[in-house]
Amino acid sequence: MKSLRRIYAIFSKELIQLRRDKMTIRMVVMIPLIQLLLFGYAINTNVRHIPVGAVDQSQNGLSRILMQTISATRVVEFVARYASIQQAQSAIASAKVRAVLVIPADVSQRLARHQSVGLGTPPSSDEETSRPVAQWMVDGSDTMIAGAVKSLRSMPLTELLSKPANRNTPTFEVTLLFNPEQRTAVNVVPGLVAIILTMTMILFTSAAIVRENERGNMEMLIATPVRPIELMVGKIIPYMFIGALQAAIVLGLGKLLFNVPINGSLWQLGVVTMLFISASLTLGLVISTLAKNQLQSMQMTVFVLLPSILLSGFMFPYEGMPRFAQHIAETLPATHFMRLIRSVVLRDAEIADMTFDTFWLIAFTVLGLLVASLRFKKTLD
Amino acid sequence: MTEYVIQVSNLCRQFGEVKAIQSLDLNVERGRIYGFLGPNGSGKTTAIRMLTGLLKPSSGDIRVLNYRLPGQAQNLRLHIGYMTQNFSLYEDLTVTENLRFFAKIYGLTATGRKQRIAELLDIYRLGHKAAQLAGNLSGGQRQRLALAAAVLHQPELLFLDEPTSAVDPENRREFWEQLFDLSDRGTSILVSTHFMDEAERCHKLAIFETGIKRADGSPDELMRQMGAHVVEISSAHLRQLKQQLTRLPEVISAAQLGSRLRVLVKDQVSDPVAFLRQQDSLSAEDRLEKVHPSLEDVFVTSTGAGRP
Repeated sequence: MKSLRRIYAIFSKELIQLRRDKMTIRMVVMIPLIQLLLFGYAINTNVRHIPVGAVDQSQNGLSRILMQTISATRVVEFVARYASIQQAQSAIASAKVRAVLVIPADVSQRLARHQSVGLGTPPSSDEETSRPVAQWMVDGSDTMIAGAVKSLRSMPLTELLSKPANRNTPTFEVTLLFNPEQRTAVNVVPGLVAIILTMTMILFTSAAIVRENERGNMEMLIATPVRPIELMVGKIIPYMFIGALQAAIVLGLGKLLFNVPINGSLWQLGVVTMLFISASLTLGLVISTLAKNQLQSMQMTVFVLLPSILLSGFMFPYEGMPRFAQHIAETLPATHFMRLIRSVVLRDAEIADMTFDTFWLIAFTVLGLLVASLRFKKTLD
Repeated sequence: MTEYVIQVSNLCRQFGEVKAIQSLDLNVERGRIYGFLGPNGSGKTTAIRMLTGLLKPSSGDIRVLNYRLPGQAQNLRLHIGYMTQNFSLYEDLTVTENLRFFAKIYGLTATGRKQRIAELLDIYRLGHKAAQLAGNLSGGQRQRLALAAAVLHQPELLFLDEPTSAVDPENRREFWEQLFDLSDRGTSILVSTHFMDEAERCHKLAIFETGIKRADGSPDELMRQMGAHVVEISSAHLRQLKQQLTRLPEVISAAQLGSRLRVLVKDQVSDPVAFLRQQDSLSAEDRLEKVHPSLEDVFVTSTGAGRP
C-alpha cells in the first residue's frame, strides 16, 4: 500500500514534469509522424528510374527502338550518351550514371538471330546466334542497383518487332500472400513502430534517471524512504502511455496514408506492443544506471538503436544474415517485436502461435527491471 | 542520563587515496542544534552523507536514532530529514507540487497531506508563491522551501548541509529563528556551516579540518579552553607589523581588522601584552589590549596545525 502510494507519487511527478516539457511533448508526436511520412514514402526496395547512359556504336533506328523498349520497363532511364566506352566508364566512376548500355555496331544482326525475338529456332551450335544483343556495364558496388539491372538481362524483346509474346511456361507458380501488390510500405510501416519505439522509449527512460542525477534531485530523493524498484516502476509507467500513443499514430496513419491493413485483432496488437514497450523501457533503465550524464545515455541509446534498425529485420531479412549476426539480433527486443508485429498486423497471427518471441520479451523485461533495480544503489558511493 | 541521537566511533572514509574523514568520534544529544564548522573540503558533507546513509563508511561504527548504519538506512529514512547543500527539489515543479510529491513519498495520507502543506506554506511564508515553479524562486525562498520539504514528515532528526551558503544575511537570521523553533519543539538538528556567526548559535559544535575533528564542545567552552591569548594592536603600520609578528614562533596568527591587528599568542606566554611590547617592530605609540576570544580565534587556533 505504501509502496503503491510512492509509485503513484513518482508517476504523477513524472507526468507533471512531462507536461511542462513542451519540446518533449512535441517530439512524442512529431517523431512518429514525420518518420512515418518520410520512410513510408521514401523507403522503396523496388528500384526504379536508375539513371543510365548509352554508348551507341550502331547509330541506327533499331538501337533507338531498343533503348525505348528498355526505358519502357521504367527500371532505367537514359540520361546521357557517350561517344566512347572510356567516357562511359569515367561517367560511372564519377557516379553521373549507375550503368551504361553498350550497343554494338552489329546490333541488327545480333537481334535478328536472337532467341527472344523468336524468329524460329536458330542452330544451337552456331556461336554467332548465342551472342547477346548488347552489353550493360553496371556500377556493381550497390548490390540493389546491380540486381535491378541484372533483372533486365533476359527481358523479352518481342515488342521490338511487334510480334506476340512467346509464352514460356514458368518452372514455378508463385503466389504472393499478404502483400500481392508488393508494396514496400506494407512491410515498412509495422517495422517502423518497432524502430520508433526503440528510439524514443530507450532514450526517454535512460535520460529520466540520469536527469535526476544531473539536476541534483537524486541526493534528496535517495534520502527518502523510496525504494529503487518503486522509482523504476513509477518512472516507466508514463512512458508506456506515450509508447502506446506513438504506436497508434504510426499504425493509424499507416492505414490511412499507405493503406497498410491491420489484419490481426487489436487486443493482440496491444499486448505485443505493450510487451515491447516494457522491454525497451527497462533497457533504458539499465542504461540509466550505467550512464553518468545525458550525453552518455544518448550514446548508449544509439549503440542499441543502430543494430535494432539494421539487424532486426527492419531493413534486411533476418534469414539473409550470417549466424553470428542472427545471434546478436536475437538479443535485441526489436527483432522479436519485428516478427510479432508484422505477424499480427499483416498475417493475423495469434500470440499463442508465437510464444517464443512473446516469452522472450517478457523475460527481457523482468530481467531488465531486476538488473536496473539491483544496479541502482541508494548511496552516492 | 543524556540521550544521544547520533553516536559515532572511529569513523573513516576514503575516496581512493584521499582520506575524507579520519577516525571521527561524535556524540550528538537529543533536542540540540549541533554544528559542523569547517572550510570547504574539510569533510563536513562526507560526514553528513555517512550519517544519513548516503555514503558507506570505510570503517567505524555509526548509530543514528539507534539504527545501525549503513545496514538499517532504509528504516532510518522515515525519521530523518535532509536538506542538501545544493537545491535538490524539482525546479520544474511548483512549490505545492514539490511538497505534495515528498508528502506522498513519506506516506502522508491525503487529508494529512493537505493540512501539513498548508501549515508549512504558512510557517515558511511561501503561501503567495505556492503556484510558482521552484526554479523561479529567490535564494531565500528556495531555502525555505527546501527546509519545508525536509521537515514535512516531522522528523526527529534534521540534517542541514550548509543551508545558508546561498542566502543573504537577513534571510540567514530568519532561517536560524526557524531552526530554533524546530529545536524548541524537540527536533534534533545537525547543521554544517562555514560561517562563524552561525556556528556560534549552535548548542554544540565540532570544528573540522582536512577530514579531522580538531575540537568540539559548546561555543563558550571552546572559547574558554582555547590555548591562546588574543591581543588587539592599534598601529599605523599594520601590514609590516603583521609580517614581522607572524614570524615569531609564539604567535599563532595575526589578522587585520580594519585599523587593528588581532594577534593570537600561544598561552605558554604568560603575559602576552608584555611579550608583544618587547618586540622591536612595535613602536611606543602603538596601543595594545587583551580581548576576549571569539569563535574565529578558536577556529584559527585549533586548525593551525594542518597549515604550513
